[in-house]
Amino acid sequence: MTGPASVFPQLEALLPLVAKPIQYVGGELNSRQKEWDSVDVRWVLLYPDAYEVGLPNQGVQILYEVLNDQDYVLAERSYAVWPDLEALLREREVPFFTVDTHRPVVAFDILGVSFSTELGYTNLLTVLDLAGIPLHAIDRGDEHPIVVGGGHASFNPEPMADFLDAVVIGDGEEAAIRVSELVRLWKSDGEPDGRAGLLLRLAISGVVYVPSRYDVEYLPDGRIRRVIPNHPEVPWRVSKHTVMDLDQWPYPKTPLVPLAETVHERMSVEIFRGCTRGCRFCQAGMITRPVRERSITTIGDMVEQGLKATGFEEVGLLSLSSADHSEILEVARGLADRYEGTETSLSLPSTRVDAFNIDLANELSRNGRRSGLTFAPEGGSERLRRVINKNASEEDLIRTVTAAFAAGWRQVKLYFMCGLPTETDDDVLQIARLAAEVIKAGRAASGRRDIRCTVSIGGFVPKPHTPFQWVGQLSPEGIDARLYKLRDAIRADREYGKAIGLRYHEGQPGSIEGLLSRGDRRVGAVIRKVWEDGGRFDGWSEHFSYDRWVQAAAEVWAADCIDIAWFTTREREQAEVLPWDHLDSGLDRDWLWDDWQSALNDEQIDDCRWSPCSDCGVCDQLGTSIQIGPTGRTLLPLTPR
Amino acid sequence: MSAGRPQRQPDREVAPVVQRVRVHHAKRGRLRFSSHRDFQRALERAIRRAGVPIAFSAGFSPHPRISYAGAAPTGVASEAEYLELALSQHVDPNQLALALDAALPPGFDVIEVVEAATSDFVARLEVSSWLIELPDLARDQVEAAGQLLWAADQVEVSRMTKSGLRTFDARSALVHLGGEQANPAGCGILQVVVRHCTPAVRPDDVLSALRQVADLVPLVPPVVTRLAQGPLMPDGRSVGDPLVADREFVAGSG
Repeated sequence: MTGPASVFPQLEALLPLVAKPIQYVGGELNSRQKEWDSVDVRWVLLYPDAYEVGLPNQGVQILYEVLNDQDYVLAERSYAVWPDLEALLREREVPFFTVDTHRPVVAFDILGVSFSTELGYTNLLTVLDLAGIPLHAIDRGDEHPIVVGGGHASFNPEPMADFLDAVVIGDGEEAAIRVSELVRLWKSDGEPDGRAGLLLRLAISGVVYVPSRYDVEYLPDGRIRRVIPNHPEVPWRVSKHTVMDLDQWPYPKTPLVPLAETVHERMSVEIFRGCTRGCRFCQAGMITRPVRERSITTIGDMVEQGLKATGFEEVGLLSLSSADHSEILEVARGLADRYEGTETSLSLPSTRVDAFNIDLANELSRNGRRSGLTFAPEGGSERLRRVINKNASEEDLIRTVTAAFAAGWRQVKLYFMCGLPTETDDDVLQIARLAAEVIKAGRAASGRRDIRCTVSIGGFVPKPHTPFQWVGQLSPEGIDARLYKLRDAIRADREYGKAIGLRYHEGQPGSIEGLLSRGDRRVGAVIRKVWEDGGRFDGWSEHFSYDRWVQAAAEVWAADCIDIAWFTTREREQAEVLPWDHLDSGLDRDWLWDDWQSALNDEQIDDCRWSPCSDCGVCDQLGTSIQIGPTGRTLLPLTPR
Repeated sequence: MSAGRPQRQPDREVAPVVQRVRVHHAKRGRLRFSSHRDFQRALERAIRRAGVPIAFSAGFSPHPRISYAGAAPTGVASEAEYLELALSQHVDPNQLALALDAALPPGFDVIEVVEAATSDFVARLEVSSWLIELPDLARDQVEAAGQLLWAADQVEVSRMTKSGLRTFDARSALVHLGGEQANPAGCGILQVVVRHCTPAVRPDDVLSALRQVADLVPLVPPVVTRLAQGPLMPDGRSVGDPLVADREFVAGSG
C-alpha cells in the first residue's frame, strides 16, 4: 500500500477495550480501496454521527461511488467515534482515521462532511481535533485538508462558518466532481497561492460557498445589516446544485453491506427526489425542488443489481413521499412479481394518508414481512393542517385506516408536531380526539378490541428556506406544557385511552436545534464552547445536555444583545436580512413570504405536479423543471439465473 | 416495532427440509472484532448472494433455518466455529463450501461443509482449545502463573452476565493447561483446554483466574484464538474432530 501509513496496528490494540469494535475495522462488502498514488485528488467523506447511523446514509454512499468512479479521485469514509474510543485515541495519540484504509484523515486533500442534522455539529469539532486539523478554518495551513460541508443543514451553514472552508449547497453528485476538478487543476498548476489560492478559485467558481470570502455586518440591535463578498470576482449569491435526470445517476449501484448492526438493515433505492406537496414546515420539501422521478425501469434495474450485490432481504423505496411516484403501484407490483417466493420485502418509509391505498399495501407485503402503517397528519385539527398546508383531511385518515384495519392491520402510528404557528392548546388536544376516532373506526372495521394507535409527537423547529423561516419558535416550556396536556387528555379517555400509546419528545433539544438552524456566524463560538465543555453526539438524548448549551450561550454572549431566545422564539419581520439570504435555494423570497401570509389566512396551496405552477421560483431561477412519469413502461420478469 | 398483524396468516407454502449440512468455519484477523450477531447477519446475506437453497421457518415472519453452536466471544478469533443449515434442495457440500466462502467477507472463511448424517452433534462439542497470547508479558512469568492456576483446587471468578454479576469456579472446567511449543517471539503464550459448562468458562475468565492466583495483569490486550472444538479424546487433553462421524457415515454409504 502506497501513501501514508495505516494507523490500524495502533488502533487494533485499542479495539478490545471499546464497545462494538467491528464498526471501526472497515472492509465492508462493496467498500473500495484505491491506490494512493494512482489518483490526484483524495477525499474523506465524514458522516458526523455514529457508524450505525452514518453507514446507511444515502448521501455518503452515493458520493463514495461517484467519486471513486472518477479515475483521478479516491474517496474513503469516516464516522464519529464513541467517547470510549475518543478517549483512547487521545491517550495513545492515534490520529483520526478512515475506516477504509485507516490512513490519517489529515493526509487527504478534502474532508467532506455531510450534515443531515444540525445536531452533528459538535461531532465535526471532535473529528477535526482528533485528526490534528485546526478547528478554525483561518488557522489551517497548506498541510491540512480543506473542510467542505454539505447536506440539508448546510442550506444555512452560517453557525459552522468558522469551521468550514467551503460548503456545497444542494445535490452533491455533480458538485463533488466539479470540486475535484478544481482541486486537480489547482494542483497541476503548481498550487498557486497555496490554500488561500485554492479557496479563492473555489469561491469565484460559484460551485461552493466559501464563508471566509463573505463579510457579515451587524446593526446595533443585533440584526444583520448585510452580507457582502470581500473579493470583486466572488458572486453575491451562491446557488444550489440540482441534478437533472436521475436515470443518468443510478447511485448507489453496489450499496455497502456492513458487518456491524445499523439503523437501516436494508437496501435503499431513491425513487424520486424533491417534493412539491408544499408543507410549509418542511425544509426538505422546499430545498429539493423540483420533483425529479426515477423511471420504473431504472428503479427495477437498481433493485436487481443492488440485491445481487448485497444479499439484503428488504428493499426500501425512498423519497420524501414515496406513494406520490406517478407509477408507484406498477413499481410495487412489478417488484413483487419479480421477487415472488424469495422472501424479499418492500417498504415505503414515507407515505401520505391521501396517497396510500390497500392495493399498494398488499403489493408491498406480498413477498415478505408486513411493515407497520405510519402516517403523519402533523397537526391535530383541520384548521392547523390548513395552516401548515398538510392537506390531508380527517375523512381521508379515517377512510384509509378503516380500509387497513379491515384488511388485517391492527396498529397504526401517527406523527404530529407541537408548537406550529398559530397553534392553540385546543389544536393539540384534538390529537387525542383524532386518535380515539382512529381506534373507534378500527374496532368497527375489524370487529376486534386489540386495535392500537401510537401517537408520536415532538416540537416544531422553524427552518431556513421555508415559509415559516420568519416565525417565532415556541419555547421549550410552552412545548412541554402542551405535551403534558395532551398526555393527560389521553389518560382521561376511559373508552379509548388505553388503546392509544403516546411517545413525545420534550422541548429542550428542539430549542437548540432551532438555534443551530436559524443562527448566524455568532453561534459558532457557542458551538465551540459547548464542544470544549464536553458536548458530543447532541442528537442522542443520553449525551445531549440542554444546560451545557444554555450556559455556553450565556458565557459567550454575556456582553451582547443576543441570546438563545433571540435566535429561536423571536419572530422576524419581512425586511430583516436572514443569515442565509445570500444562499440561493431557488425559492423566491417574496413567494415564501406570501405563502407565510397565506398560512395565517388558512389558505392552502396546491401541488404543481397536478395544478398550475404557483411561481415558487425554483424552475425559473435555476433552469430546472419537473420530471415525472408515467412512462407507461413495465417491469418484465427477470431471466432466471 | 411490532407490525400490525392480519387476522389470518396468508397462504404460504414452506418448502420442506430435504438436507442438512454442517459448516466448519473460521473467524480471523480483523473480523475477530465481530460479535455473533454481526456474523449471523453476514452469513444470512452471504447465503442469499450465493443462492444457497436455505429452508425458511413457517409463520408470518419467516427466518432462514440456521442453527449455531457456541460462538467465540467478540474480540476472540477462531479456527473452529460450527453451524448447521437446513436446505430445501439437495446440494453438493463441497460446492456449497466454495460458494459460501466466496460470498462471505474475507476473515469469515469456510473450512469444510459436510452433510449432517448423525444426531447429537452439539453434544459432541465437549471442550474448546484456546490459545492465549500475552504480547507484553515474558514467557517464564506466564508459564509460572499457569502452573499456579493448574495447582489450585478452585479459583472463583466473577463476570457480568445477562442475569447480573455471577461468581463461579474457573478451575474445575480446565482439563489441560500448557505453554506453546513453537514460540519464537518469547512472549507469554498459554494453551488451555476448557470443558463446556454452564456458566461457560471463557478465555477472559481464565485470564481473571490467572490474575487472582498470580497477579498476572497484561497491559496490552491479549490475543485469543479458539483452535479447536469437539469431543475430549481419551488422553484427557486433546480435542477431537466433531465432524468425523458425519464424514464416516457419508463415506460408508457412498
